[in-house]
Amino acid sequence: MGSVAYSHQALAIANLTMADSLTASRWADLDRLLLRPGNLVGPGFEPGPELLDSLQNDLRVLVIGAGGLGCELLKDLALSGFGHIDVIDMDTIDVSNLNRQFLFRMQDVGKPKAEVAAQRVMQRVKGVTVVPHFCRIEEKDVSFYQDFQIIVLGLDSLEARSYINSVVCGFLEYEEDGSPNLATLKPLVDGGTEGFKGHARVIFPGITPCFHCSLWLFPPQVTFPLCTLAETPRSPAHCIEYAHLIQWGQERQGESFDADNPEHMKWIYDQAVKRGEQYNISGITYSLTQGVVKNIVPAIASTNAIVAATCALETLKIATMCSTGMDVYMQYTGTEGIYMRTVPHDKDPNCIMCSPGVPVEVDNTITLQKFLDQLLKDSRFKLKLSKPSVSYHDHNLYMQAPPVLEEMTRPNLQQSLLDLMDGNTVGVLNINDRRLTGVLRVRVTFKEGLDSIDMDTVGGG
Amino acid sequence: MAQRNHKYDRQLRIWGEHGQTALERARVCVLNCGPSGSEALKNLVLGGIGSFTVVDASKVTESDLGNNFLVEWENLGQSKAKSVCALLQELNESVGAKFVEESPEALLESNPAFFAQFTLVIATQMTEAALLKLEEICRQQKVMLVIARSYGLAGLVRLSIGEHDVIESKPDSKVEDLRLHKPWPELQSYVNEFDIDTPDNNLHKHIPFAVLLIKISEEWKKAHDGKLPPNVRLFKEAISARRRVEEEEDNYTEALKNAYIVLFPPQINSQLHAVLDDKAADVDASSSDFWVMVAALKLFMANEGQGDPPLDGAIPDMHSFTDYYIKLQMIYQARAEADLIAMEGHVARILKRIGRESSPIPRSTLKLFCKNARNLKVLRCKRLGEEFSPRSGPELQRLLAVEESSHPALYVLLRAVDHFSATYNRFPGVFDREMEEDVSRLKALAVGLLNDMGGGGASLPEDIISEVCRFGAGEMHCVASIVGGIASQECIKLLTGQFTPIQGVFIYNAMSATSLVLNL
Ligand SMILES: [Zn+2]
Repeated sequence: MGSVAYSHQALAIANLTMADSLTASRWADLDRLLLRPGNLVGPGFEPGPELLDSLQNDLRVLVIGAGGLGCELLKDLALSGFGHIDVIDMDTIDVSNLNRQFLFRMQDVGKPKAEVAAQRVMQRVKGVTVVPHFCRIEEKDVSFYQDFQIIVLGLDSLEARSYINSVVCGFLEYEEDGSPNLATLKPLVDGGTEGFKGHARVIFPGITPCFHCSLWLFPPQVTFPLCTLAETPRSPAHCIEYAHLIQWGQERQGESFDADNPEHMKWIYDQAVKRGEQYNISGITYSLTQGVVKNIVPAIASTNAIVAATCALETLKIATMCSTGMDVYMQYTGTEGIYMRTVPHDKDPNCIMCSPGVPVEVDNTITLQKFLDQLLKDSRFKLKLSKPSVSYHDHNLYMQAPPVLEEMTRPNLQQSLLDLMDGNTVGVLNINDRRLTGVLRVRVTFKEGLDSIDMDTVGGG
Repeated sequence: MAQRNHKYDRQLRIWGEHGQTALERARVCVLNCGPSGSEALKNLVLGGIGSFTVVDASKVTESDLGNNFLVEWENLGQSKAKSVCALLQELNESVGAKFVEESPEALLESNPAFFAQFTLVIATQMTEAALLKLEEICRQQKVMLVIARSYGLAGLVRLSIGEHDVIESKPDSKVEDLRLHKPWPELQSYVNEFDIDTPDNNLHKHIPFAVLLIKISEEWKKAHDGKLPPNVRLFKEAISARRRVEEEEDNYTEALKNAYIVLFPPQINSQLHAVLDDKAADVDASSSDFWVMVAALKLFMANEGQGDPPLDGAIPDMHSFTDYYIKLQMIYQARAEADLIAMEGHVARILKRIGRESSPIPRSTLKLFCKNARNLKVLRCKRLGEEFSPRSGPELQRLLAVEESSHPALYVLLRAVDHFSATYNRFPGVFDREMEEDVSRLKALAVGLLNDMGGGGASLPEDIISEVCRFGAGEMHCVASIVGGIASQECIKLLTGQFTPIQGVFIYNAMSATSLVLNL
């Protein structure tokens, strides 16, 4: 690992000196757009050499994921003039990556993706610095993400997307008038693929819908009822899932199943075949076993290239405004002809991630303590709150920690919330909780006679 | 082999072993290896085509280092074809790699026979005049041609093939072919074994939905002069009436969801009609296996099939006991097998009739054909010359009249820039000082071109004309990666014979991240 880190540094230094010797003609194709005025451009576009200069020297872009999309994104961004790119990925290289993750070779198998990818891009594209981070996204402090102007996602998991979404929505602050504070807005560009299909989207939290606003875009995963697996298996997948979800726990107690352990996978396969024989079910293969157990998504080079380049181009547009941006969400289908169309989705005005405030109605006599109780019972915040702290504008109304602040703010708990909010019958409270990645904004409206309402139905779910 | 399968695992799950074998047999030629050509090839090399040849006469310059990932700093001043070829080879050692340091245009003149060695040619960044010649050669030599162009924030991809037959079109949505509206004797006697009014609740909720739908529709017919329910709602009501509400009956849920299949069984779609009516289905000794199988299909449908193609034999999962389901599955498979045997008979008789007994069609091929018979497709691409002729005028005019008609306008302008280059020996917007004049020159050429195509009178949005001049023929990496990516995807469809390639001219607008296939 030490030598990899060293060679990164050496490359970065070598790249800097090389960059000095570059002539303007290297970016001739890009410069047509960056130096010339246009009719179809983004708001506030100001052509000039400063744009390329800022791409190369000032802007910092983070690519999350160094897999199929990530490899393409790093290449695309480096060849779109971006000079400072970071990449974060926790995975190591597997043989099955090589049909599309073109920055990796057979001899790289087992090495960290982020490090190999960064090195290859720096070797090939002189002048660019790519800093790898071989870790989970959650391992980084939230402030790490604050350092980048744009974050580009090349991920295959909904959970990771939701996490980053909550991070950038947490950065977002709103003005008094309810408009987002543009200085706190951090754009996300996201891509995803499956076989011949994919999507690319841009998210300006507070302005365009965030992930949470449009979670419905992601179809639920197929799961089989346990009774089917146990009692009436009918398909190869049923036999495989029985071995995986039920038999393993029964017969190999105490061992945790590891899908990357070939012996484990072989065991599942063997059990599934036996079960298939018992029930007269044929068609169970090792490949299918892996597919079902690991929930493998088919992936090809061309779709990754198309979706990643679409994302990188939108990143360039956000950074320079050199052309019109996509209308929020691009759907790509390559199976029957080609469809590439954009769909303007709507923002959820009550989104708990990106809205100026989730509406909560309270009785106008409520105390801060009762208000906290009400929040904890609200189904919309289920699993999101445990020990909430509350502030109003810059005033801490109640802080769970540190102890000295907790003690100072504790008397507020018995005070009227309306009084604490200076008598304003509508206002936004900021809720912090260790379970939240960012801040939860709650728009409180005081009403008369709400006291007797059953707490479970407050807010309407 | 094990490592090959491991390496290609994620794509084998899409196009299968036979698709991969087809790729491995392919010899692909790429004309011009700027970013569009290099990126198209990159994806194909990763996917494991048999071999490739890069044709390009130019040397690596500094601007290549700003838009092409498949050249290196050290290559400055050297042959671009050679440099790209070497870096592509690194991506996959099992792919054969060659380069020819010559311009495609010169090669077209000096050695047209050169192209005959390839399965497929990808022509990138070539202008109209050269493409017309190339297409002629490729058609003559039966080489598939894919045309790709990246131009600033616009792109074009077009295919040119005499005929492309697709057995495995793998449509996104498929109506299950279960023949519940006309069960054959074996299926009928299986259904007869069930008592759907059984007092045993556990049995009741494990009867496969196919049985429920056949039984309930038969009852309806008995009560209604042999007629099926007039609409799905009434049929669903009849199904729901049999449901035992106190039980959670997943089989009934499935029956309700699939009720429409009885009333609206899959029809012969328009594409299959076109294939069946095609002149090529009148086979003779020179006919391909595909058309022999189509001829057999026609006979099958007129006889054993009673209007339907062979059964594919696959059934969806149905909530039921294992043995009920497995038995049902076997009944469908047996019927598919019987249909296959009938098809084999037709094929054998046809081969005998046309004097081709000595070269039979492999059973595996016929089986694949039968399984996919409902979704066969035949593509025949127009020639470029025909696309450019006034016959395209009405459609182009219609497209241009549609609001926000950026794609047809870009199509006209991408053609107009070639005319510009033929007239002025350079592309519009290459020099800053001539930008304004170039806008009016390009507009004049575009209008003239529209007139020639019979689309006179249609207007082109001014802001798009000036943007195309602003592009100055730049080949941006991201746009090239998208256009090259799409070209490579279409190559994979053509080479594997799976999925449906584009039928028309694909126009990509990178400004809005949208595309349209123009049917010209
Ligand atoms: Zn939201």
